[in-house]
Amino acid sequence: MKKRCLDILEQSKSRGWVLEPEAKEIMKLNGLHTCRNWWIKDAADIAALKKQFTYPVVAKVISPLIMHKTEKGGVIKNLNSADELTAAFKKLSSLEGFEGILVDEMISGLEIIAGAQDDPQFGKVVMIGIGGTSVEIYRDVAIRLAPLTENEALRAIESLRGLDLLTGYRGAVPVDLKALAGFFSRFSKLVFNLGERFKSIDLNPVMCRGEKILIADARILL
Amino acid sequence: MNLKKIIEPRSMAIFGISMTNPEHPANIIYSKNKYHYQTKIYCINPSGGTFRGEKVYTGIKEIREHIDVAVLVIRSDLIPAILLECIDAGVSGAIIISGGFSEAGRHDLQEEIRQICLEHDFPVIGPNGLGVFSSPFINTLFFQDERFVKPLEGVIGLASQSGGILVDLMIRFTQEQVGLSRALSIGNKAVIDEVDALRFFNSDPRTKVIGIYFEGFTPLRGRDFIAELKKTRKPVVLFKAGKTPSSMKAISSHTAAIAGDYFVFNEIIKGTDAVEVTTEPDFLSACEALSYYGLRKLDSVAILTLSGGHGVIASDYFHQLGIDVVPFPDPDSRELRDMLSVNIQEIASFSNPVDLTGSASDEDFIQSAKYILQRDYVDGLLVLYLPFIPKMTSSSLPWRLARLRSEYDKPIIAYVPYIPKFGVFIEGFEAHGIPVTHSIESAAKMFKAIKRKK
Repeated sequence: MKKRCLDILEQSKSRGWVLEPEAKEIMKLNGLHTCRNWWIKDAADIAALKKQFTYPVVAKVISPLIMHKTEKGGVIKNLNSADELTAAFKKLSSLEGFEGILVDEMISGLEIIAGAQDDPQFGKVVMIGIGGTSVEIYRDVAIRLAPLTENEALRAIESLRGLDLLTGYRGAVPVDLKALAGFFSRFSKLVFNLGERFKSIDLNPVMCRGEKILIADARILL
Repeated sequence: MNLKKIIEPRSMAIFGISMTNPEHPANIIYSKNKYHYQTKIYCINPSGGTFRGEKVYTGIKEIREHIDVAVLVIRSDLIPAILLECIDAGVSGAIIISGGFSEAGRHDLQEEIRQICLEHDFPVIGPNGLGVFSSPFINTLFFQDERFVKPLEGVIGLASQSGGILVDLMIRFTQEQVGLSRALSIGNKAVIDEVDALRFFNSDPRTKVIGIYFEGFTPLRGRDFIAELKKTRKPVVLFKAGKTPSSMKAISSHTAAIAGDYFVFNEIIKGTDAVEVTTEPDFLSACEALSYYGLRKLDSVAILTLSGGHGVIASDYFHQLGIDVVPFPDPDSRELRDMLSVNIQEIASFSNPVDLTGSASDEDFIQSAKYILQRDYVDGLLVLYLPFIPKMTSSSLPWRLARLRSEYDKPIIAYVPYIPKFGVFIEGFEAHGIPVTHSIESAAKMFKAIKRKK
């Protein structure tokens, strides 16, 4: 486990959860890609960074007091210009504990959910499912012991009832299952290596398009 | 821990022999083993004296010979001290029949015996179980012989967290003429649990298929179980109870294991080669089919029937279970038709299912089976055999089918409706190594059990 990961976890311990940009940093340090994102602490930085953004973007509040951002009105989607982003910054800055905003590029693709938890019988287990109604209504997920080889991860993905959605249902761009299996395997190894340092992890959603597997939101509970 | 001497003991000491209560479990265990099993028995009671003309020893140290297994049928609070005496005397392991531990709220007492055994690497089966059935060595299931169904000799090893369910399964297996290698009632599993049972059966030369009934793992033990499953070379059938909140509550008052989240269990087992079943009849069917055929590639099956309705029902079950019933190519259907009796050529169906109708003869049945098994797109054959069809007369049909199965190395499973007068056919199939079921659903599930996961 890299020192920077351990430092983030240690610093977050008293809060009980890891701020989203830092959770994403842990993922990136372990070979998992995220949507491009920027932690903006001062509205003036928006102008300096505006050429780097590919619109639309989403702005999310960063606050140690707000874990469930959507419920507190801390997420503003579909921002198409620096002006809109500046306005969003201003609006979000009124929320409690404000420490800046996270600007995420909005990526199109199929939504996947990945997660990890501590099971009383099996210890660290990882979960993968197809996002949206497949998970919520049909509970279409695969759960396996961490860690997984890429082959085991592929078998888990292939066991999903909604596999057709991944392989290009109705003309959609198919998800590269090998790339997704690699992602799930690397995630399971991270989970295993984290050991007792966390309670649960949610990567929701993970956006998938072809070979691109990008984490759009990450939550780590300690 | 080495279970060999508990399961194949040469000598056994029974603690708890009663001089006043002939129906005491210890006395029943004595009688059964004395007259029907080969292991040498020693009786122990602190009062000493004689029992049925034999010396009763006051303690384990009074016995001068080596004891492989101590069977404890005594008050639970006496057990820690007796275990230490057994360890000190060099006994190889113990079976604790007595209850009065975690299931009765005495977690402390169970933890005490667990620590003693772990510290001394002393294997113990139980407490609060029925112990071990392992013919011709030992049988600690304390039921009088006249009310005990002795299993047939076979290759299926059973382990069960519940003694009652184990007995129930033993009766079912025997009724269906399916034999057992051993049966272990692991009870509260203070020391030896399903992980150890799995490890033992995996190395046991008498066991080809492992069947385990259990209700929940102790914390984190599920991880060890999966690791052991991955090492196991033999087919494993799992029957886990405790899927609902009310059954989870029942488990905690039964043997004090955690039931956990069934959904997580079910998902994790999907990632292994183990076969999970959810009913007792399916447990039996899966164990039986695997004892004949083991796990194998089974993408597509063929159905050979004498009744269209039976064929349709079987097709539906296979579809539900994710096994293909692929229609035969037209040239093959025509070739098959031309081989058979003229009187059925216009009325039978020669695709898949192959429905020969009630006008077919034994010879049509055999020739069809042979042709089907020769097709490389068929991995297995379900025969829906109806002995009441007029021209189904030959009792050699099962034997001829068995020869075809061996020749083409493809599994055949037979459905035969059960009534005593069809016994000659049923026994014929079984005697020649073709498993028989009396429900079409069960036959389809047998194929599902032997299908290796991808």
